[in-house]
Amino acid sequence: MSDTLHNDAHGETVDEGKRDFIYIATGAVAAAGVASLGWPLVAQMGKAADTLAAGSVEIDVSKIAEGQQLKVLWRGKPVFVRHRTAKEITEAENTDAAACPDPQMDNERLIPDTTGKLRPEYLVMIGVCTHFGCIPVGEAGDFDGWYCPCHGSHYDTSGRIRKGPAPKNMEIPEYQYISENVIKVG
Amino acid sequence: MTLNMKTAFMVGVTTLVAAASTLAYAAGGGTGDYKMEHKHWHFNGAFGTYDKAAAQRGYQVYREVCSSCHQLKHLSFRHLGDKGAPFYDEDYKNPNDNPYVKNFAADWQVEDIDSETGDVIDRPGVPADAFPAIYPNDAAARAGNGGGLPPDLSLIVAARNGGADYVYNLLTAYNTKKPDDVELTAGLYYNPVMDGGKISMAPPLNDEGVEYADGTIATVEQMASDVTEFLAWSADPKLEQRKAAGLMTMLYLSILAILLWFSYKRVWKDVEH
Amino acid sequence: MSGHPSTYEPKYAPTKWLDQRLPIVRMGADFMTFPSPRNLNYWYTFGGILTMCLASQIITGIILAMHYVPHVDMAFDSVQRIRRDVPFGWLIQPMHAVGASMFFLAVYVHMFRGLYYGSYKAPREVLWIVGCLIYLAMMATGFLGYTLPWGQMSFWGATVITGFFGAVPVVGESLQQWLLGGYAVDNATLNRFFALHYLLPFVIAGLVGLHVWALHHVGQNNPIGITEKTKKDTLSFHPYYTVKDGFAMVVFMLIFAFFVFYQPDALGHADNYIQADALKTPPHIVPEWYFLPFYAILRAVPDKLAGILLMLGAIVVLFVLPWLDTSRVRSSRFRPVARKFFWIFIFFCFILGWCGAETPDDMVFTVGSKMVDGELKPMGLNFTWLSRIATFYYFAYFLAILPILGLIEKPLARPESITKAVLGDKAHSAAE
Repeated sequence: MSDTLHNDAHGETVDEGKRDFIYIATGAVAAAGVASLGWPLVAQMGKAADTLAAGSVEIDVSKIAEGQQLKVLWRGKPVFVRHRTAKEITEAENTDAAACPDPQMDNERLIPDTTGKLRPEYLVMIGVCTHFGCIPVGEAGDFDGWYCPCHGSHYDTSGRIRKGPAPKNMEIPEYQYISENVIKVG
Repeated sequence: MTLNMKTAFMVGVTTLVAAASTLAYAAGGGTGDYKMEHKHWHFNGAFGTYDKAAAQRGYQVYREVCSSCHQLKHLSFRHLGDKGAPFYDEDYKNPNDNPYVKNFAADWQVEDIDSETGDVIDRPGVPADAFPAIYPNDAAARAGNGGGLPPDLSLIVAARNGGADYVYNLLTAYNTKKPDDVELTAGLYYNPVMDGGKISMAPPLNDEGVEYADGTIATVEQMASDVTEFLAWSADPKLEQRKAAGLMTMLYLSILAILLWFSYKRVWKDVEH
Repeated sequence: MSGHPSTYEPKYAPTKWLDQRLPIVRMGADFMTFPSPRNLNYWYTFGGILTMCLASQIITGIILAMHYVPHVDMAFDSVQRIRRDVPFGWLIQPMHAVGASMFFLAVYVHMFRGLYYGSYKAPREVLWIVGCLIYLAMMATGFLGYTLPWGQMSFWGATVITGFFGAVPVVGESLQQWLLGGYAVDNATLNRFFALHYLLPFVIAGLVGLHVWALHHVGQNNPIGITEKTKKDTLSFHPYYTVKDGFAMVVFMLIFAFFVFYQPDALGHADNYIQADALKTPPHIVPEWYFLPFYAILRAVPDKLAGILLMLGAIVVLFVLPWLDTSRVRSSRFRPVARKFFWIFIFFCFILGWCGAETPDDMVFTVGSKMVDGELKPMGLNFTWLSRIATFYYFAYFLAILPILGLIEKPLARPESITKAVLGDKAHSAAE
């Protein structure tokens, strides 16, 4: 509604002074209506109630042998549960966090079990490369942890990014020990 | 002539609105002399909401009586704790955390796959689960009910002409005297609300059939009314949100219409037309 | 695009630059300043209302397509999921379903307005025909869309309507099965109906473009049907008709909102809340209200093919209407006799709609009763015969009344110009 349109076709120009309160009020109310109608049209693309309520996954970690990894689908993404070897734990714990692009201690990446004790042998994380979302390959890369084949990101045995384009460590999902050996993700 | 057409328009609109409002009542089936009882439901009208206490009792009736044969296909347990739902609790905006909802869910066995053995197992439900199917398939449902297929109840109020009145009348009309021209074969019961007067469902409700926690006397009428309130909610769970949004929308549009009318008068002030 | 000299003058360098390369701003400006007859009444606001309806249907439809699953096992459930779990799905789904009814309500008013004021007469024949094409495309879209929720009415409606094609001699059955992609309405049908339902609204939008182009080329008709002669007869579209159309749109939205929020199911059928079941037909199947008059015409004839041809004829006759009406006077305002027949026509259109909704053998009214084969049968008029009477009038109106009336009717005196008509007796005082 540009001002030029206000000259009508036959020279009966509409006096700009007539753009008084009533026009402004009408325009403002109409604009507010369009805006509030716009919100549902945008919000509908958000997560639906059933997606939000999507269930949790329970994993019995005692079934995973040392040096093995379990991959479980949770919220459409793989969760890695790795039973780390003593060597891997030592490597992870002895790494200087400050040397990592996303500094984090190994024990910051663990969640205590029902007795309040950390269980460094079980590493639980979302197995998605923080670069562009590929799934890294286990027991690979320069740091014996994970290696993402898409763009060459190297993760260590704690799932921290050490080399390559990924900006962050692999994410730790919300989970808890619900009994001695069972964790519940989500 | 302009006047005529304006009148015609007004008459047309009025007729349309009136017709639409009465349409829900127009058809209602019924045989013999049975007269459908039109109840005043708490959710009727522009400001109607669900009677939460009644709907809560209704869920109990569903769980203890109807659920032996009828599924609530389109409901999940979490829906019971949504805003506008019978068990909504302001302290638990997320229905998954609502203790009532958790208990109700755990009260049901839900089929699942054991992630380790791959076996089919039953586990207690969680709020995110859908209400489980009662029968594994339609054939099993028919076999268990003398050939009749118990319909899904989550949409039953929407899926029948007459809506809530239909369901209520169906549940309370069993003791109507059967006219002579309706012949029943084994496994059929007379119910004047059904087309043809025949129904495979035995009278489901008996006085004191359930024991209400709130002390309400469980007469057949009371239980029928309660379960209908619950099923009305399950068929249209967003009714309260919709009516609330409707009120705001109608108010908004009325204000905008008035403003536009004055703008129109203003623009056309000096123009003969 | 428009037939009036452009008054747009780009003021700034970038707008001048653009205007020489793609005069899109000019097109918009010319649209807004289009000289419209100064005497357009509220019946002329339905073009704008219809544009709004189309936009609303396309927007809500694209949104629903993001959540809907066109598969026989999931379609019904996915619609329920939209209404229960998708954010604002409880609002958007009824907006689309009710919106279809509102669209048809508006298009019928728009068409009856065209009929009354003779908007189909030269030089607006093509404008009218494009409008008829839009109406046809709307009917197809409405029918295809009604199949998608995969309720009982969806399924049996699709079965009955595609059955029309089965009535075509010789190739009928193979044509029908080609259309369905199987022996009956099934997943292949649902999938293609979804694809076509998504396509057709854009065809409608294209046709609307042609419709508006034609309108701006020949100029708008008006309630007195006298072509504008001088500038004094017209007003700029904006602000005069933007504000008038805007007001009418908001009033229309009030009706729309009433249904969406308070009676979302009133214009539909309870049976469509039952998932499609190929083994059981609902006892009383009827199409959506906007198809009822045609459904009544279809059932007025006992023969399958003849019924379909008659129903098609009811639409085809609209296409040739510009050449059936022989009167040189456009507006019914100056045709006292035609006006009466017009209102009878409207009346019978409603009667046809009523007949379409009722069971053919039911009685409209009874006059006593009589013994037939030992049984007492009520005597009177049943809906089959009522629909026959109404169908007869429907065709008679187009094929006999309008052609003959144009030759014998004596129209009233018409004003010289719109300005004369508007000012009339007030010409005096207005001049002062």
